Amino acid sequence: MDDLRMESRSAGLQPSPVQTAPSGQSVEAGPTPILRSGRRDLLDLDDFSPEEITGLLDSAEGMSEVLSRDVRKTPALRGKTIITLFYEASTRTRVSFEQAGKILSADVINVTTEASSVKKGESLLNTVLTLQAMQVDAIVMRHPHSGAPYLVAHHVDAAVINAGDGTHAHPTQALLDMFTIRRHIGAIAGKRVAIVGDILHSRVARSNMHGLSKMGAQIVVCGPPTLLPMGFEPGRIVPEGHPFEGVNVAASADEACEGADVVMALRIQKERQDSGRLPSMREYSTVWGINSKRLALAKPGALLMHPGPMNEGVEISSDVAHGVQSVIREQVQNGVAMRMAVLYALCAVKREGGGG
Amino acid sequence: MSSDDVRRALARIAHEVLERNDGARDIVLAGIQTRGVHLARRLAANIERFEGLRLEVGALDPRLYRDDPEAAALHPVKPTELPASIEGRPVVLVDDVLYTGRTIRAAMEALLDFGRASRIQLAVLVDRGHRELPIRPDYVGKNIPTARGERVRVRLAEVDGEDAVVLLKPESQEAR
Amino acid sequence: MNTMSNLAILGGRVIDPAQNVDRPAAVLIKDGRVEEITARPLSKGPEGYEVIDAAGLIVAPGFIDLHCHLREPGSEHKETIATGTAAAARGGFTTVCAMANTDPCPDNAAVVGDLLRRIERDAAVRVLPIGAITLGRRGEHLAPMAELAASGVVAFSDDGDPVMDPDVMRHALSYATGLRGVVHGAQRRLPIINHAEDRGLSRDGQMHDGAVAARLGLAGIPGEAEVAMVARDIHLAELTGGRLHIPHVSTRRAVEHVRAAKARGLHVTAEATPHHLTLTDVWAYGLHGETPHGLSLAAYDTNTKVSPPLRSQDDVDAVTGALADGTIDAIATDHAPHAMTDKVCTYHEAAKGINCLETAFAQVMSLVLGGRIALPALIERMSAAPARVLGLGLGSLKRGWPADLVFIDHDAEWTVDAGLFASKARNTPLDGVGLRGRVMATICAGRVVFDARAGLALPRPGNPRRAGDSSGGRT
Repeated sequence: MDDLRMESRSAGLQPSPVQTAPSGQSVEAGPTPILRSGRRDLLDLDDFSPEEITGLLDSAEGMSEVLSRDVRKTPALRGKTIITLFYEASTRTRVSFEQAGKILSADVINVTTEASSVKKGESLLNTVLTLQAMQVDAIVMRHPHSGAPYLVAHHVDAAVINAGDGTHAHPTQALLDMFTIRRHIGAIAGKRVAIVGDILHSRVARSNMHGLSKMGAQIVVCGPPTLLPMGFEPGRIVPEGHPFEGVNVAASADEACEGADVVMALRIQKERQDSGRLPSMREYSTVWGINSKRLALAKPGALLMHPGPMNEGVEISSDVAHGVQSVIREQVQNGVAMRMAVLYALCAVKREGGGG
Repeated sequence: MSSDDVRRALARIAHEVLERNDGARDIVLAGIQTRGVHLARRLAANIERFEGLRLEVGALDPRLYRDDPEAAALHPVKPTELPASIEGRPVVLVDDVLYTGRTIRAAMEALLDFGRASRIQLAVLVDRGHRELPIRPDYVGKNIPTARGERVRVRLAEVDGEDAVVLLKPESQEAR
Repeated sequence: MNTMSNLAILGGRVIDPAQNVDRPAAVLIKDGRVEEITARPLSKGPEGYEVIDAAGLIVAPGFIDLHCHLREPGSEHKETIATGTAAAARGGFTTVCAMANTDPCPDNAAVVGDLLRRIERDAAVRVLPIGAITLGRRGEHLAPMAELAASGVVAFSDDGDPVMDPDVMRHALSYATGLRGVVHGAQRRLPIINHAEDRGLSRDGQMHDGAVAARLGLAGIPGEAEVAMVARDIHLAELTGGRLHIPHVSTRRAVEHVRAAKARGLHVTAEATPHHLTLTDVWAYGLHGETPHGLSLAAYDTNTKVSPPLRSQDDVDAVTGALADGTIDAIATDHAPHAMTDKVCTYHEAAKGINCLETAFAQVMSLVLGGRIALPALIERMSAAPARVLGLGLGSLKRGWPADLVFIDHDAEWTVDAGLFASKARNTPLDGVGLRGRVMATICAGRVVFDARAGLALPRPGNPRRAGDSSGGRT
């Protein structure tokens, strides 16, 4: 009986993966790893490939299932230490990361501005170097200054995960937004996503513009001209050569919402009124707020999203925020799954100087 | 193994499962992601054909329980989908290749998080030896003696377009 | 050296723009002053002269920096008069003007007097102090400008703090019209140098308001923050007949305002820095001017944070053009040394300023190599022109003038290594960048204060004897 078909060397088997298989563990065949080799941090999505993003979203599907179990605990990151270092108050994002880490059995230590030596004037860098000396595997950080995680990542061995830096990036929020979109309406490619609000100061908008455009979505943004970044002109497409080239800048909120598969309302900060960029919150609500009338311009069944926390009655009306098209509460739950996928992909690796 | 060999082996295992579990009424077939899930489905189909009995089939991803997180974390976690309850029920884990036994250990640990099965059995299409843990299969499609450097590749129509079991010999092994 | 040597500089190409000289010639120096530029090159020096071999080098008037920060007194951890002037000597500068943002600030004769004593004791090159416009540089009440003028300041400035109140600025320009300087040359009007930044527009901005700021999520400073202030100050100079000098011009529109003011015959002058002449906001990515697909860990390079910010390529082109056509009179370094802790932090926290003295010439030499300006014109913008801005009898190799010279190898290729700076600080975005054109030696008032060839890379500031040894060893 010809029970074995022997394949010769010409069958294309590369000897190296077999030789390097540790302790006889069966070697993963075929699929390439989620993350490119050498990736240590998640600082923004601008240097991630569509394949890497897809891998993380896929993994979040598995993590989402873990969340639905009775026993919400797996030993995946047992013995790993994750620090959440928050220089800005944000209960929801911090708790989301903390829960994600704990479900994966990592030890999660929360450092907040109140508890740390931040108040004593210790520099960010000294703080993280001290934490590094305690052999942490990952630092999840939020900081009011754009670029702070890049400074930290430059100086520590631990994986640095950006949980929001100034007005720059918030990559895990963008990932969970994409995860939510994919779960509801399938492939992101070709979908029209409208982002409405304070684009200039929104790290959520920036990371989403990077992520969504990599995944092939059509992006329309809209907001008061005083709250658009340089190069964004209402009624025009962001020109070639600009970091956000190809983004469509709608002339009005109605135009932005028209035919959208997803409408994403951004949080508007009271400071924008105080700094003179907005006459009033009331006027903002009238001109740029997402309400049922505007949402009706989108495709039937379009998703309504918001990164939270919401100012109901300002950037989003209460009826649509809690209406059938809203997936806002689900975004929060998906956030935990998405962050589990991120922590697992970045913390499980062995690294020098960390982990012990 | 040819596709006929695979078919025959799965038929035999289905009969064995029925025999050894007194009709197998309560059994859950839990396939290990990815190919084990397809094998579990085929076993269930066989059992339904032979006895008219519809068994519940689940999918189990032991990735988060593996003892080599560095390697495990390189690839996406897949959802584990088991019947509503496995409490007090016999579970047959189904996988394509049994090698070191480490995946099965992880799968058993994962399974325990879903409840206390009355017993856990193991069905594999191929046992290639070289166990590193005290684990033994209850049902084996075929024992294939191998060297450590070799690889056994199970190909299934659902994933790979054909049924076959292939032994891959690395170049360096041949040279020795 | 104990007694000043007489020097014969042989074999070089002498470029002295003020005298329209550009030819092979010898320069003879006697008692610290230029004796003559010979009509023909000499093969050997006259009797009693030490010979300095300048074969293959350009010999030019020492550079004059209208704008640098020596940090002493007050911030000696960043720079001192000794280290700052050592850096100046390495950069080919023989005269530097010390900006007024010291602590205490030079808003009275006593502080200036203390500064002059420190300079006398520690400086490797000539240092000319700039006095404050207003008390404490607070922009509210005029400093005793007549007293300051008499004590030896060469200009008035509140440095990085613009005089925001137009009425105060008006009176400063007006009051200073009657004031004359007392050092280095003829009677001249002392200029008011006002940092051209409308703080109402720049607010909490971190960098130029352009696409890079949009990408990095940093608050932008529009070019109009400078333009608005330049326009205001020019109109106030016109109103008062005051003498206005505009520091570190960085925008196309500001250039246009200066050009128009000069066309109207106003006595307005302007300077530009090597970084605003050669670098753009893209350098904030930390990749030496490259734009990445995804940001690298080098992004948010705090060494690119400077006031005014690095602007767009269009602005750089305009400023460069203005330097070439004379609208911008002079190159000034705005040398702003900062300690590591001021720069190893977030972009938002980082201090503004670039360490510039030791890279300045090679940076702007790239403009010559790029065909934007001729070498003699470039040298003029660094020597005769800044002297003219301040009305100083410096910046040329005229007979009897102080023997301030720089030796340039305009072809030498080198790589910036901030670790080798004589400056205390390392804050340059150019670390590791290859440049062409190098200062090989510097002579200030007849003394060799820097000589790369003798291996005495670090002159000992405040110890001219040591500096003299290097020239003595070469005969």
